[in-house]
Amino acid sequence: MKNKRDLILSAILLIVLFCVSWFVNGELDSYVRRIVNLCLIYAIIGLSMNVTNGFTGQFSLGQAGFMAIGAYTVGIFTVPVELRANVFYAVPMNPLIAGIQMPVWLALIVGGLLAALVAFLIGTPVLRLRGDYLAIATLGFSEIIRICITNASSFTNGALGIKDIPPLNDVRYIFVVTAITFAFIAALINSSYGRAFKAIREDEIAAEAMGINLYKHKCLAFMISAFFAGIGGGLYGALLGTVDPKNFLFTLTYNFLLIIVLGGMGSITGSMLGAVIVTAGLEYLRIFDEPLEIFGTMIPLFRPGLRMVMFSALLMACVLFWRHGIMGTREITWSKLIAFCKNPLGFFKRKGASQ
Amino acid sequence: MEFFQGFLNMSGASFAQHMVNGISLGSLYALIAIGYTMVYGILLMINFAHGDIVMMACYFAYFGITIFHVPWYFTFIGVIVATALLGAVIERMAYRPLRDAPKNSVLISAIGASFLLENLANYLFSGRPMSFPDIPLLSQNIAVGSIKIQAISLVIPVITVISLLALLHIVNHTKTGMAMRAVSKDYEIARVMGINIDNIISMTFIIGSALAAIGAIMWGIRYPGITPYLGVMPGLKCFIAAVIGGIGNIKGAVLGGFILGLGEILIVAFFPELSGYRDAFAFIVLIIILFYRPTGILGERTTEKV
Amino acid sequence: MSVLLVSALAVGVLTGCGGTKKDAEKSDVIKIGVFLPLTGDNAAGGELELRGIKLANKLHPEVLGKKVELVVADNKSDKAEAASVAARLIERDKVKVILGSYGSSLSMAAGNIVKTSKVPAIGTSCTNPQVTANNDYYFRACFIDPFQGTVMANYAFKNGARKVAIIQEVSNDYAVGLAKFFKDAFVKLAGPDSVIEVANYQTGDKDFSAILTNIKAMNPDAIFAPGNFTESALLIKQARQLGITAPFLGGDTWETQEFISVGGADVEGVAFSTAFDREKATTAEAKKFLDEYVKEYKGEPSALSALAYDAYLIAIDGIKRANSTDSVKIRDAIATTKDMEGVTGKTTLDKNGDPIKGAVIKTVKDGKFKYIDFVDVK
Repeated sequence: MKNKRDLILSAILLIVLFCVSWFVNGELDSYVRRIVNLCLIYAIIGLSMNVTNGFTGQFSLGQAGFMAIGAYTVGIFTVPVELRANVFYAVPMNPLIAGIQMPVWLALIVGGLLAALVAFLIGTPVLRLRGDYLAIATLGFSEIIRICITNASSFTNGALGIKDIPPLNDVRYIFVVTAITFAFIAALINSSYGRAFKAIREDEIAAEAMGINLYKHKCLAFMISAFFAGIGGGLYGALLGTVDPKNFLFTLTYNFLLIIVLGGMGSITGSMLGAVIVTAGLEYLRIFDEPLEIFGTMIPLFRPGLRMVMFSALLMACVLFWRHGIMGTREITWSKLIAFCKNPLGFFKRKGASQ
Repeated sequence: MEFFQGFLNMSGASFAQHMVNGISLGSLYALIAIGYTMVYGILLMINFAHGDIVMMACYFAYFGITIFHVPWYFTFIGVIVATALLGAVIERMAYRPLRDAPKNSVLISAIGASFLLENLANYLFSGRPMSFPDIPLLSQNIAVGSIKIQAISLVIPVITVISLLALLHIVNHTKTGMAMRAVSKDYEIARVMGINIDNIISMTFIIGSALAAIGAIMWGIRYPGITPYLGVMPGLKCFIAAVIGGIGNIKGAVLGGFILGLGEILIVAFFPELSGYRDAFAFIVLIIILFYRPTGILGERTTEKV
Repeated sequence: MSVLLVSALAVGVLTGCGGTKKDAEKSDVIKIGVFLPLTGDNAAGGELELRGIKLANKLHPEVLGKKVELVVADNKSDKAEAASVAARLIERDKVKVILGSYGSSLSMAAGNIVKTSKVPAIGTSCTNPQVTANNDYYFRACFIDPFQGTVMANYAFKNGARKVAIIQEVSNDYAVGLAKFFKDAFVKLAGPDSVIEVANYQTGDKDFSAILTNIKAMNPDAIFAPGNFTESALLIKQARQLGITAPFLGGDTWETQEFISVGGADVEGVAFSTAFDREKATTAEAKKFLDEYVKEYKGEPSALSALAYDAYLIAIDGIKRANSTDSVKIRDAIATTKDMEGVTGKTTLDKNGDPIKGAVIKTVKDGKFKYIDFVDVK
C-alpha cells in the first residue's frame, strides 16, 4: 500500500517538475538555463560517483576519464559530416568513423556503454585493491584515458578538440535524462543489488561470508557508475558544444568529490542537493573574484582565485567537521515528508530508529 | 619496423647521454619518494599533499632569494624549516582530527589539503610562472666527453644517498625511530606502551616535509619554472615510485625512483613516437605492479592491500 | 521513492530568478564585456590583454556620446567557465560587444553563445582559424595560425634551414595547429623530408632531455618549438645544456617577460612571430598607446596588450559606424571594418572576420625583445 502511494506521489512530482523545467526552458534567460542544466548534469555524475564511493564504499577517482569517454563519443559522432573536415584540419579524421553520424540520444547511450566497457576492463585489475590504492589506480586510469585522447589525433583530433557539436541546452531533455538516471539508481539501490553494495561497504568479509560475490558486485557498481558518468559527460559535451582533453583533467573529479561529500556519501537526494549547492554556489562565489568596494575603499583580498580557495576550504571544512554531509546516508522519502507535514515540530524530536 | 628505428639507430654517445639524463631524473624522483614513503610507512595514508608541499617549498625559496635577497645558503635552510613547519601544520589541521575516522575520510582530507594548497598558491602568487633563483655554482654545465651534465645533476644523487643513509640511521638506530616503527606496526599497542603518538606522527611529517623541501630545492634548480601546479605530476609519479619499490620501505623508494626516472627517459629515447604518452608510462607501471606484485619490489608487508 | 528533485530544482530555479540584477539599463552607458583568463594556465596572457583593454578604455572612454563601461569576467582558463561567463555577460550584464579571449579554445567555447545571442565578439589574440570560421559573430584582431606558421617557415628557409625538427606541446591546440601549418609550409619550400622529426610533450612537463637528446643526434638546422612560454623556456634551456646549438623558432606566445626571466641567457637569439613592435609602430594611435603604456605600467608592451587595445578600437569603431546600440547592427558595422587605424597598423577585416595584416619577427637580445623583420601579407 505504501509503495503504491509512494509511486503515485513520485509520478506526480516528476510531472510537476517536468512542467517546471518547461517553464525554465521557455521563460528564463540563457544564463539561468545554463546553470540549471549544469546542476542537472553534475547531479547525474555526482550520483554516479556515489554509486561506487558512497554506496559500495569503493573509493574511485576515475569519473573524469569516464566523462571524457562519453563526451568524446557524443562529440565524434554528432558533428555533422559536412563540418568534420573543417574541424579535423590538422590530422584528417580516421575514415572508419568519418561517415558515421548519430542522433544525440544514441550517441549518449553508446558513450555510456563504451565507458562501462572500459570500466569493466579497468575493473579487473583494479577492483582487487582497497582504499588509497584504488583511488590512485583509478586516478591513473583517468589520466591514461586523457593522455590517449590527447594523442589519438585521427580519432579525437587530439589537443585541438572537437568543435561544432550540435548544442543541447533544452532543459526538459536534460531533466528527463536526469530523472531516468535517478529513478534507475534509486530502484537499483532499493533492490537486492543495492543491499549487496551496502553490505560490501559496511564489511567486506562479512558480506563475502554471507555469500555475496565481491568481485561481481564491485564490478557491477563500477560499470554502472561509469555508464552514467559517460552519459553525464556526453550531455556535458553537448551542452558546451566543444570538447577538448584539457576539460577532463583529474581535477574535474574533485568537483564531484565535493558534491558527494557535501551532499552525503550514500544518499541519492544528497547527490542532487550537493550538485545544486556546488554548481549554483560556484556561480555565486564569483563575487569573490571581483574587486570589492565598500564605501569607496577597495578590499585588497578580493581578486581572481579567491573563489577557488573558498571552494577548497569548503571541501576541507566538510570533511573535517561534517563528514556525513547534509544527508549522510539518509534519504528524504515520502513517508518522512508526510510525517513532517502532519507534525512539523514532532518530526525532529523523534528518538529511536529513523527511516 | 619504423617504430623501432629509434631503438636500432641510437649511437653510443646518445645512449650514454640518455642514461645520464635518466639517472638524474631518477634521483630526483627518489628524493621526493622517500618523503612519501616515510609518511605512508608510519601512518598508512597517502599524503596527497606531498607534491604540493614541494611546490610551496619552491615558492618559499623564490621569495627568500629573489624578493628578500637573502643569500642562498641561508635561504635554503630557512626553506627547509618553513616547509617542515608547513607539513606539521597540515598534519595537525587536516589529518589528526580524522585519526579515528574511516580511512576514506583521511583520503578525502588529503585530497582537499592538496587542492587547497594549489588554489592558495594560485591566489597568492598568481598563476604566472616564476623563475626559481639561479645558483650559478650549481647550474653550470659540465662536459664529460660528448656527454653534457648539469652540476646539480651530480649533486642530486649524492644528496639522495645521504638522505637515505640519514633516514635509515634515524629509523633504525634512534629512539624516535624505534617509536616510529612501533607506531607503524601497531598503533594502538604503541599508544598503550606509552609512546606519545601525536608527537611521533608530527615528527614523521616534519622529517618527511623537510625531505620534500630538499627535493624541492633540487627540483627548482634543475627545472626553474615555478607554477602552483608544479607539484601535481611529480607528486603522483613519486608516489608511484614509492609503490614500485615497496611502499613503506625507504630503500624501496629510492629504487623505485630510479626505475621510474630511467624508464621514462629510455621509453622516449627508444620510441620517440611515444613521447606524448610519457606520463601514461608511470601509471601503466603502477597498474602492473599492483597487479603482479602489490607489495613492491622490496616490500615485505604482509598486511594485504589486495 | 526518494527522488528529491522538488526542493533541489525549486531551489535552483528560485536562486536563479532571485539573483537577477535589478540594474536597469542606463541609457548613457554602453557596456563592453571582457572575458579573459585571469587565473589558471593562461593567466599571464589574460592579464597582459586586460592591460591593453583598460588602456584603450582610458584613452577612448566614450562613443556616441555615451560612456563605455568595461565589465570584466574571468574565465579561469576553463572552457565550461568560458561558456558560462560569456552567457552571464550577455544575459546579466547586457553587454553589447564582447572582447576576448586569450586562448582559442576558450573563445570557441563562447562561440555558440555569441552566435545565438547575436552579440558580436572580437577575439584578442586567439589565432586558431576555427574561432571565426563558420561564425558570423566572432571577429578577431590578430592574424591566424596558417599565416603565422607560413611566416616562420619562410623565415627558417630564408635563413638557410633545410632540415628542421618540430617539438610541439601536443596537449595545446595552439601549438598543434601552428606546428601543422609550419610543417605544411616548410615541406612545400624544402621538400618532403625536410621535417626530420616531430616530438611531443605535454603541458606541465619539465624534463625534455630524452626528446632533446634524440634530436641532437639528428642534427637539425633549426628547431620549431611552438608552445606555452613556460615549457618553451625550460625546453630551450635544457637544449642548450645538452649542447644543441641550432636556433629555436616559435610563435607569439613567447613574448612575455617570464619567457626571458625563466629562460635566462639560454633564450638569447631565438626568433618568433608576433603582431606588434615599437619599431613598426607608425600610426598615431600606436604612439599614444606606447606612451601611455610606459607611463602606466613601466616596461615595454607586448603584442598581447597591443592586440587587445586594437580589439577595443575595432569595437568602438563598429559602434560608431553603426550609430546604434543594437548589437546586430554593431556586428554588421564591425564586419565592414576597413583601414581602421589601430596600434598594430591599419586593420581591415576579411569575410571571415580575420584581419589582413602582417607579422613582425622578433628575437631576444641582451635580455630584451628586439625587432628583426616584418613580413607583410601578399
